[in-house]
Amino acid sequence: MATITTEPDEPLENPLTAGLERLPVAPTTLVIFGATGDLARRKLLPALYNLAHEGALPERFHLVGVSRREQEHEDFRGDCEQAIRRFSRRTPDESVLASLLETVKYVSGTFDDESVYAQLGEVLDHFQQLAGEPLNRAFYLSTAPAFFPVIVEALGDSGLNRHEDAQVRVIIEKPFGTTLHEARELNRRVLAIFDETQVFRIDHYLGKETVQNMMAFRFANGMFEPLWNRNYIESVQITAAEELGIGSRADYYDSSGALRDLIQNHMLQLLCHVAMEPPVSFTAEEVRNEKVKVLQAIPQPTAADVAEMTVRAQYSAGHAGGEDVQGYLEEEGVPEGSITETYAALRLEVDNWRWAGVPFYLRTGKRLARKITEIAVTLKPVPHLAFSQQGSLGVQPNQLVLTLQPNEGVSLRLGAKIPGTRMIIRPVNMEFLYGTAFLSQSPEAYERLITDAMRGDATLFTRNDEVEAQWRICDPIVQYWGLAQPHTPGARTDGLPQYEAGSQGPREADGLLREGDRWRAI
Amino acid sequence: MSAITSEAVWSEQGTTPDAIEAALRELLAQRHAENGNFVPARVLNMIAFVDREWSGEIANRLRGVGRYHASRLLVLSYEPRRERLDARVMVASEGEPAPGELALLRETVVVEIGDRHLDDLLTIADPLVVTDLPTLLWSPHGYHDVVEGLLEMSQAILLDSVEEPVAREALDRASALNARGTYVVDLAWLRSTPWRERLAAAFDPPRLRGETRRISAVSVRHHPASTVAAALMVGWLASRLEWRVEALEEADGYAYRGSANAGGRDVRLSLDVAPELQVPGLAGVAIETASGRGLSLDRGIGGLRAHWRAPDGGEREWTIPGASRGEAGVLGEGIRQALLREPTYVPALNVARTLLP
Repeated sequence: MATITTEPDEPLENPLTAGLERLPVAPTTLVIFGATGDLARRKLLPALYNLAHEGALPERFHLVGVSRREQEHEDFRGDCEQAIRRFSRRTPDESVLASLLETVKYVSGTFDDESVYAQLGEVLDHFQQLAGEPLNRAFYLSTAPAFFPVIVEALGDSGLNRHEDAQVRVIIEKPFGTTLHEARELNRRVLAIFDETQVFRIDHYLGKETVQNMMAFRFANGMFEPLWNRNYIESVQITAAEELGIGSRADYYDSSGALRDLIQNHMLQLLCHVAMEPPVSFTAEEVRNEKVKVLQAIPQPTAADVAEMTVRAQYSAGHAGGEDVQGYLEEEGVPEGSITETYAALRLEVDNWRWAGVPFYLRTGKRLARKITEIAVTLKPVPHLAFSQQGSLGVQPNQLVLTLQPNEGVSLRLGAKIPGTRMIIRPVNMEFLYGTAFLSQSPEAYERLITDAMRGDATLFTRNDEVEAQWRICDPIVQYWGLAQPHTPGARTDGLPQYEAGSQGPREADGLLREGDRWRAI
Repeated sequence: MSAITSEAVWSEQGTTPDAIEAALRELLAQRHAENGNFVPARVLNMIAFVDREWSGEIANRLRGVGRYHASRLLVLSYEPRRERLDARVMVASEGEPAPGELALLRETVVVEIGDRHLDDLLTIADPLVVTDLPTLLWSPHGYHDVVEGLLEMSQAILLDSVEEPVAREALDRASALNARGTYVVDLAWLRSTPWRERLAAAFDPPRLRGETRRISAVSVRHHPASTVAAALMVGWLASRLEWRVEALEEADGYAYRGSANAGGRDVRLSLDVAPELQVPGLAGVAIETASGRGLSLDRGIGGLRAHWRAPDGGEREWTIPGASRGEAGVLGEGIRQALLREPTYVPALNVARTLLP
């Protein structure tokens, strides 16, 4: 292929991208390891189709699936087609679907087999020849976590981790380790092969529009920032509640639990978005620097702290959606006597100038009263209540609630006078709902994240020090709860609190609250 | 106006804007009382001034825009000899809200008007839009003088330059509207978005960015009635790449030829009709560079068909996946664009006005 010598006055910027809503993505071959798995079928392939539908894939794009199942390219194309038809958020356009799948290739074999990488190298070279230009490479690890280091090292051994004329990136799914030690070890092994700039650790929560909106809410509106500190804020409460149980995910969930499934990653990220300082710019490094500072300001709990600042529990039989539902231990696939928590609540503090003394309450659970993810910021009460003589029992501190799902929006609780001759106050809500204010439909998180990874924009991905800082907070809790030990049948802790399915969670969670604080109703 | 499954309706003959506005409030309260999870969308007002004879066709077009339906759509349906003001109000949602979820309500107001109402059009329309929301004005059947009076309450105007019979007049009108401070959303421009995205992508790799300074020829093929769209495409390239242009010359009555000056270097320009194209817009764009590269994009099945020629003569063809938005999709995009501010249209428009005599 002929190359052009660059003249000294070549433009650094592309003048044709001004004003475009969608910026170009460099020509790329995306390789999905674990391409026949559930995540690929339900999320990744439909996301790729939707990007293709909107014309948002790179100008030259190729897809390669790698998995253990033995099958031909055509079989894999058939699988992709089925998955897209079943799980895509829109009905596929036949010609776009055919165009997307036209060149899809499949490589079968175990992830530790050298010949798999030799075959993969041939496929990548073939696509490059076809394109007549260097193609970036993105390796998406959508496999069981045990294979992450195996694949990364095999990519290194086969020389696929570098390309002289193109970018090579690796996208790693969660969980990134199950303890601090594992996370550090995984980082060490990954960073021995790839530079940090090549690594994109997925936390799909960060790809949600709702999470990105939090930064716009905080940093594009001058009215909140003056109040956003310990002088005006009494407490912060972050809730991620699910109405559903574990479904068919017993294998995964029982080895993970609520703390590792949601708090260690997603909910600590939400906390960072609430507590971070305004970044100098919205570049990946600046944003992630600010988030790491927040995580570093949260003291690592000691064993004694863990008993004081955490509650875990498991759901027992109850009612959900008008039906009787079974308890966690009765769910199919859950080992007898499992001590895995389906509910976890934490009280954390961010020890810095802005937040010292403000409790951050985090709670998450399965089979709670309803599905909701929200951040409630409670302001301090007014210093003098002039209306107390008039029986204004309803006066309550202002509360700002950012709801992430299901009805994304912002609600501000204010005190207002009840119409009448007396000055009686009761709380009212001022509501803003995103759904009522925008015409566009939010893209799926994976659509955004795959595009960003192919573009090399790491803003919505977790950096190595961020992952380790998250684990630094959660690891002592994991250790204390004994989750790091292999499960022993029949070794159930009698003291593990239970909560009825469909309820607000265990009563023990109230013990975490500082005097005067209370959990918001789920 | 997509798949409506739940609708409350009010209508009255010989009515007034006050009565219509009261009916809107009443219907909204009624729907909220039915179910507290019904909430009115509050994004954008849209005023459509339509010929009553063709209002059904416009209703069909708006039905196709799906979620891009304006929060409140005010249709001023014009019938010259009408004396009486009649109105119909619909407050609709796409379904009943699921437990714990919201369902958006969208409002459509159709007001039948005649010649005698035209002088006071502003006093009819103004009370019927939601205060503090931006208003988009659309007059698909012409009547430019009539809707002039509505411009002062509109922040954006939707037009389709390819629908004007004379290309240059279409461009002049868009330019005049822009000069008055009204944000112009031109469907002729929006149809070219995928083409512009792909051309930008083709020259995006750092080693190819310099090629934009070596472009030696641009040719655009277009639907017989879409000369404006082709001129805007060349206008976009010329304005982004800082070319100086002069008026193109008409060739054979169907094509235009000319050149641009790109820093002392000539760029050949041509606009040609593609008689086979059935839909408005572009049929193909081809670019040549002085270093021997060639890129062409043509409409294809399942996306744009790309053809690339390297300086050594090697050629490659492939399809860039992407679904056609169809005319309903383009109209929906036009409504969405009323909330944005695209900075490259006006410079492209200014060049296009120079190009077309």
